[in-house]
Amino acid sequence: MSEVSVTKDPGGPAPAVDDLVVLTGVNKHFGALHVLQDIDLTIKRGEVVVVIGPSGSGKSTLCRTINRLETVDSGSITIDGKPLPQEGRELARLRADVGMVFQSFNLFAHKTVLENVTLGQLKVRKADKKAAEQKARALLDRVGVGTQADKYPAQLSGGQQQRVAIARALAMDPKVMLFDEPTSALDPEMINEVLEVMQQLARDGMTMVVVTHEMGFARSAANRVVFMADGRIVEEAEPTQFFNNPRSDRAKDFLSKILHH
Amino acid sequence: MNVLLDHLPQFRDGFLGTLALTAASGALALVLGILIAGFRVSPVPPLRAFGTAWVTLLRNTPLTLLFLIAFFIVPQIFFPGTSPFVLATLALGFYTSSFVCEAVRSGFNTVPLGQAEAARSIGMTFFQTLRMIVLPQATRTVIPPLSSIFIALTKNSAIAGAFSNTELFNVSKLLSDKGFAIGWIFLWIALAYLIITFTISGLFRLLERRLEVAR
Repeated sequence: MSEVSVTKDPGGPAPAVDDLVVLTGVNKHFGALHVLQDIDLTIKRGEVVVVIGPSGSGKSTLCRTINRLETVDSGSITIDGKPLPQEGRELARLRADVGMVFQSFNLFAHKTVLENVTLGQLKVRKADKKAAEQKARALLDRVGVGTQADKYPAQLSGGQQQRVAIARALAMDPKVMLFDEPTSALDPEMINEVLEVMQQLARDGMTMVVVTHEMGFARSAANRVVFMADGRIVEEAEPTQFFNNPRSDRAKDFLSKILHH
Repeated sequence: MNVLLDHLPQFRDGFLGTLALTAASGALALVLGILIAGFRVSPVPPLRAFGTAWVTLLRNTPLTLLFLIAFFIVPQIFFPGTSPFVLATLALGFYTSSFVCEAVRSGFNTVPLGQAEAARSIGMTFFQTLRMIVLPQATRTVIPPLSSIFIALTKNSAIAGAFSNTELFNVSKLLSDKGFAIGWIFLWIALAYLIITFTISGLFRLLERRLEVAR
């Protein structure tokens, strides 16, 4: 991923437009709460899908089901044609191909920044130590925290930590990247530095699912906006279409609340 | 005073015996305890059940009963001719491992869930996650309760003295049977125990401070 930066070209020479992540009829309950209700969602290779919606609408849960951090009650999820396996070695292998960035960064607190980025390469991909370090440093440079490589996560600002988390996910050469509210725990001044890295990723052709409240990012980087409310996908549209002319009343209501103040 | 000087070799053997028993069974308890703690939080139901059964059984059985089983059943049925030291180490180690397990498990619970989720989402297996991410971060919180557990183990090792092991309690019994003043014997024996237990708490305090710097 880091070396081969594919220029984004939807419908380009390769058969790039195929379905990478497919959710069909997914249902999930938390006790009595029906958090995901008959979710059907297809994410194509190279596509950037931004999921927005009010709190508690199930968007984070949706994101977490894709690499099975949350199990589903019914329905199927396939990644690159393969259905998600049960917990075990095979699932671990599949997760390595799905990058995940969390709201609370979740960098390994007892490891340096460099170790955070090399660990997966060494232990999961069984990469050579030297190659792993080289790749980690290149990725850290790419997200703009190359000089912090030998520090511990707690010594970094939130924005820096989140960029390291992105580098850690990228080090696995993921097929798709999941972002679960990546900027929600950040100070306003640090949000942009993370969004810029994500913008760059999107331009480089990474397949991305982004749960966020950053409407600016949704407008500029998304190929498609998915609007969720009460556990359902209420509306799916191109960003300009969605923000200028939302079809559903629920979306209109949501946008009127967040865009005008 | 005379009791000590006149029987210095016995006291020394007793001291070394207690030390050896504590060290051997402590090491066994640590290894088993961490392993069983891993079982108890594993996603595999049979492993979890095994872990729970292990802890329930060993933690709730009187140690003396475990010694009786170790000395009268294990050699009769399974391994005849096993040395008293090994049998005592097994009894003490198994018993203490249940306490170590629970201390380690409580340590696991102090590590934020996000750490394990992050590890799993880069493709690490359950046991890789536990060993490389959760356990190292749990260590610091586990140190203080472990220190108490090992001190208790030191004192529990006295039971081995009643099962033909040479250790401090055994020596005190031999000497008092010979008619020496019991007050002095107890004083020296108590001091010997204190040397071991203070060393343990000192070592663990050192370890705690050492680990504090590491983040």
